[in-house]
Amino acid sequence: MKFLTNLLMIVIIAAAIFVLVVLPWPALIVLVVLLALWMALTRTGRQAWSVTKVGVATIPQRLGSSSVIIVGIAGVVGVLVALLAMAEGFRQTLAQTGDAETAIVMRGGATAELSSGITRDDATLVEQLPGILKDAQGKPIASPELVVVANIPKKVNATDANVEIRGVGEQAFALRPNVKIVTGKRFGQGLRELIVGKGALAQFAGLDPGSTINLGNQQWTITGVFESGDAHESELWGDVEVVSATYRRQGYQSVTVKLTSPDALDQLKAGIAADPRLKVDAKTTSDYYSAQSENLTRVIKVMGIVIGVIMGIGAVFGALNTMYAAVATRAREIATLRAIGFRGLPVVVSVLLETMLLALAGGVLGALVAWLIFNNYTVSTLGQNFSQVVFAFKVSPALVWSGLKWALAIGFIGGLFPAMRAARLPVTTALREL
Amino acid sequence: MKYFHLIWAALFRRKTRTIFTLLSVLAAFLLFGMLDAVRTAFNAPPSAAGVSRLVVSSRISIIQPLPQSLLTRIQAIPGVKDVAYANWFGGYYQEPKNQGLMFQVAVNPTYLDAYPELVLPPEQRKAFDETRTGAVIGENAAKALNLKIGDKIPIKGSIFTNKASGDTTWTFDIVGIFKAGEEKQRGLENQMLFRWDYFDEGRTFGNGTIGWYIARVNDPNESDKVAAAIDALSANSDHETKTQTEQAFNLAFVKQLGDIGLIVGAIMAAVFFTLILLTGNTMAQAVRERIPELAVLKTIGFSNKSVLGLVLVEAILLIVLGGVLGLLLAQVLLPAVNAGSGGRMNFPPIGRSTWTLGIVLMLGIGLVVGVLPALRGMRLRIVDALAGR
Repeated sequence: MKFLTNLLMIVIIAAAIFVLVVLPWPALIVLVVLLALWMALTRTGRQAWSVTKVGVATIPQRLGSSSVIIVGIAGVVGVLVALLAMAEGFRQTLAQTGDAETAIVMRGGATAELSSGITRDDATLVEQLPGILKDAQGKPIASPELVVVANIPKKVNATDANVEIRGVGEQAFALRPNVKIVTGKRFGQGLRELIVGKGALAQFAGLDPGSTINLGNQQWTITGVFESGDAHESELWGDVEVVSATYRRQGYQSVTVKLTSPDALDQLKAGIAADPRLKVDAKTTSDYYSAQSENLTRVIKVMGIVIGVIMGIGAVFGALNTMYAAVATRAREIATLRAIGFRGLPVVVSVLLETMLLALAGGVLGALVAWLIFNNYTVSTLGQNFSQVVFAFKVSPALVWSGLKWALAIGFIGGLFPAMRAARLPVTTALREL
Repeated sequence: MKYFHLIWAALFRRKTRTIFTLLSVLAAFLLFGMLDAVRTAFNAPPSAAGVSRLVVSSRISIIQPLPQSLLTRIQAIPGVKDVAYANWFGGYYQEPKNQGLMFQVAVNPTYLDAYPELVLPPEQRKAFDETRTGAVIGENAAKALNLKIGDKIPIKGSIFTNKASGDTTWTFDIVGIFKAGEEKQRGLENQMLFRWDYFDEGRTFGNGTIGWYIARVNDPNESDKVAAAIDALSANSDHETKTQTEQAFNLAFVKQLGDIGLIVGAIMAAVFFTLILLTGNTMAQAVRERIPELAVLKTIGFSNKSVLGLVLVEAILLIVLGGVLGLLLAQVLLPAVNAGSGGRMNFPPIGRSTWTLGIVLMLGIGLVVGVLPALRGMRLRIVDALAGR
């Protein structure tokens, strides 16, 4: 019998967690409304409501032990939301970079610009391919580009970091209309001048407009700051020919082109396949940048969930302890209720509700702390191009919701067992207990 | 020690509560053990051999090649024992997702001598020296990719085009499988090393340039002096170098990934703060329930100090029990995680430093959670306590 009830509980917990995981938030509201209706309209429901009221009203008397649930769950949700916000921020930054109407052409097999290479001749051939939009003068909108890496110290710890310097062609600004100069002016063609992205400016030292930096024994002047709202903000831009000369490169690494329409990629690919001189691949820039975030995002997510599960297990035991103690102190009161005719269900519901309310408070607290501290907190890490990608944590509503789901699940597990104990307490022994 | 059974009995006075608390402590220290392993994995301490190695790379950036002419000039510097060199290849076997399982590096013939911690049987070393297309791979990589000696494998490169094939595919013969000498260095086994001559003569561009040099010094204490001398060779040229110890080089790389220590520290702070609150509450509850019993102890002659000690030791025992179990569990789990990941992850086993830090934390947390209840027990007035006031 006991074995069977335990089995039943495990099934209930598994089912509840499964429901919580798949549940969208509107469904939860429906559930809450149903619960409220049950409490208002049926006799057992009204009993449950009054028992819950007593339980909740006595929380201030047990503030110390109740805060164990709140703080314990706040810790789990806070850490979980913060880690997931890091993954989300990184993903978003790269996902916003590029679009379906521009394509990047790199050497076949290259997974990042840094490992690609395109000769000047090939670049000219690529620009003449079909599917590429032409500007008012009839020139194809294409930018041959070269990414190199410079050692520039980080502001936080003054250690050298790999900062991406992108040499771009004349058409780069027509190609990426989201890139806007916010202070200063663009770099001059053929000059040793750079513009710096907002993210790079904030993360790395000595990049303010007007200052000079040393690249390959030459002094370069920063002429302006640009914003683009995507991964390009981690970069410095300059004239591709000057960058190429400084780093003694023959040719470029990639050619980014504007497509006539999103479907024109196939046309472009067909053009590449038709020319035996070209050993290059083309993909849309949105595909290219999205693929770059996959690995790191997955690693951070898995890490967040593993840590969340272990912390969650710890928090479940804390909640169990608290609620068993709460049930024990109220044993006489519960037994009295049972003696005057209250059923088991209202008692179970009231203990469960009380725990889940505390859990919810903890979840809200944790999410709030994570949001206050980490939302838009900016950090940088090594990206696919062996250089720093600056990104900000994003505590999105979806993440907060998933954090709250974790809180509710922990509250449910931590409350269910004490609730069952309370309901099954033999009335006579409980009444006799001091 | 004579009071041990008393403390033990007090601890398990309420079995469920103590067990739940123990499990919470266990979860916290399990997490501590695993996160500390992550931290150590990123800040892997240098092996004994690594101390004497200097990494010479381009000052402009790590990806910028260096001229081969530096080789003899570095060798001529006093204090330099020998110089090896290498170049990053950056390809994958079969599928792009295998990239992280086996990194390919082209190395010169003496490179393996500079890395005595890579253990390669002598006959395989001989085969490597005799086979132009030969490659040696780490045991981790061999297991993960199911490769063995004698296999002929195509590697799809991402940077270098092969003159022979006309595209970026290169073919290698696996002639040896090396092991890392120490468990914590297992990450080195996710490499494939292949011959410099095959690489340099086969590539269509960059010939005669070198990715980085490894210079071994005679005396690690002279590293700074030698490094400065190497950098002086190319000062003000168009290929200035940056020479640093292997450890500094690795650390700089890890710092670029992000502040792993800070992330781990922040998570652990949240975990331990919660833990202190939770166990503190349990201890307070345990003492509150036992006030009459403590009063009886005092009545039969226990001093205030011994009551203080009893409660304090009980709290510490609770944390240490849970903590040690948690760290032991982490110790068992980590190799399982490594094995389960098929070579993708190489967490070092939990070492002495983690244990030491863990035990210090356990004792500290035990003291913090025990001190208030213990003081309360010590200050009890027998009359009040027995009267239930």
